[in-house]
Amino acid sequence: MIEDLIAMEDAFIGWLTALEPVKIADIATVVALYAGAFFAFVGSVGLLKLDTPMKRLHAPTKASTLGVGSLLLASMIQAFAHGSGSVHEVLIMAFLFVTAPISANFISKVNLHREDADPTPPPPGDSAWATFDTHPADDRTPKEV
Amino acid sequence: MIDIAIKVAFVAVSLAQVLAMIRLVKGPSIGDRILALDTMVVNAIALIVLLGLWGGTQLYFEAALIFAMLGFVSTVAYCRFVLRGDIIE
Amino acid sequence: MRVLSRILPHPLLSLILAVVWCLLVNSLSLGTVVLSLILAVLIPLLTEAYWPDRPDPPRLGRLTLYVLLVIWDIALANIAVAWIVLTRPNAKMRSRWVVIPLDLKTPEAIAILAGTITLTPGTVSADLSNGGSCLLVHALDTGDAEDEAKGIKQRYERRLKEIFE
Repeated sequence: MIEDLIAMEDAFIGWLTALEPVKIADIATVVALYAGAFFAFVGSVGLLKLDTPMKRLHAPTKASTLGVGSLLLASMIQAFAHGSGSVHEVLIMAFLFVTAPISANFISKVNLHREDADPTPPPPGDSAWATFDTHPADDRTPKEV
Repeated sequence: MIDIAIKVAFVAVSLAQVLAMIRLVKGPSIGDRILALDTMVVNAIALIVLLGLWGGTQLYFEAALIFAMLGFVSTVAYCRFVLRGDIIE
Repeated sequence: MRVLSRILPHPLLSLILAVVWCLLVNSLSLGTVVLSLILAVLIPLLTEAYWPDRPDPPRLGRLTLYVLLVIWDIALANIAVAWIVLTRPNAKMRSRWVVIPLDLKTPEAIAILAGTITLTPGTVSADLSNGGSCLLVHALDTGDAEDEAKGIKQRYERRLKEIFE
């Protein structure tokens, strides 16, 4: 029993020492690459598969952004493992994650404006949703545009 | 090991790009087309990053950054045009 | 103290400018740091006139914790949405509008809440009411709209209230 445990411990230590930092970084890179590829793909599958414009908005804005984020992470780990470290990928990542909600918000406003979405419930506290609150002079049916 | 992973990622992202293109052609609403274009920009950034990983260079960083900025600005400009009939009021 | 606030009118903006410059150049050599400091002092001074009413600075420590929480949620919940997208047929998705009444009053806090709702999968924030009292959110697959709104208020809005107000 005890010999078994000692043997297991030896095997574990041997396994740990065989894993050099570079190897661990490579494994992390591969995991990040597969995750990124998977999420980018799922984002587009959702874009094609879902049936209403508002539902379609869900898949690409989030999954694709996370996919690119993962690929950038892979690129960063790789740069640190092999020589020169590089952190400027963080900049693209931050930019994408900050702008994705804004794009999504604008596109959903377009869907509301063109009446491509389900009818909306009325806002409890105020008179209207901001997209529908237009100047009377701008009034016309959206489909004419 | 990494080479295979990069190739798989290339294939997956390219397929994603094709799927987004189908949605771009099919539509049917304007919102869908804008969304498809936005997704294609994000996937193009992914392809550029993968190209940089494949070649082991940092050269493509600026291209990816400019793609990210241009993609965002063009999405917002297109949406504003549909919403307001004008981009800069 | 007054001299310091004269030189650095927006300390947070200065910090962000310095960090972004170092990231763009992708090095931490002395030259880069000095140039980034020069930019961090000059740009806020030159653009001060364009920022008439600046918001009160948020609590930075809690904001960092909040960002970490959101990143964790993004990673976890994306897997859930990927599962829904890949396995569930369209007819079975219970997607609907959710109205979230807001307790937040600061525009910055509302903007961050809307961004968080969009990035955490399953929900996209679509519109704000014209008086700013509630948020229109589209949920991809939810059983009960009330529960969804309560969950978001409990998890994110409460924390943002502590950070900004």
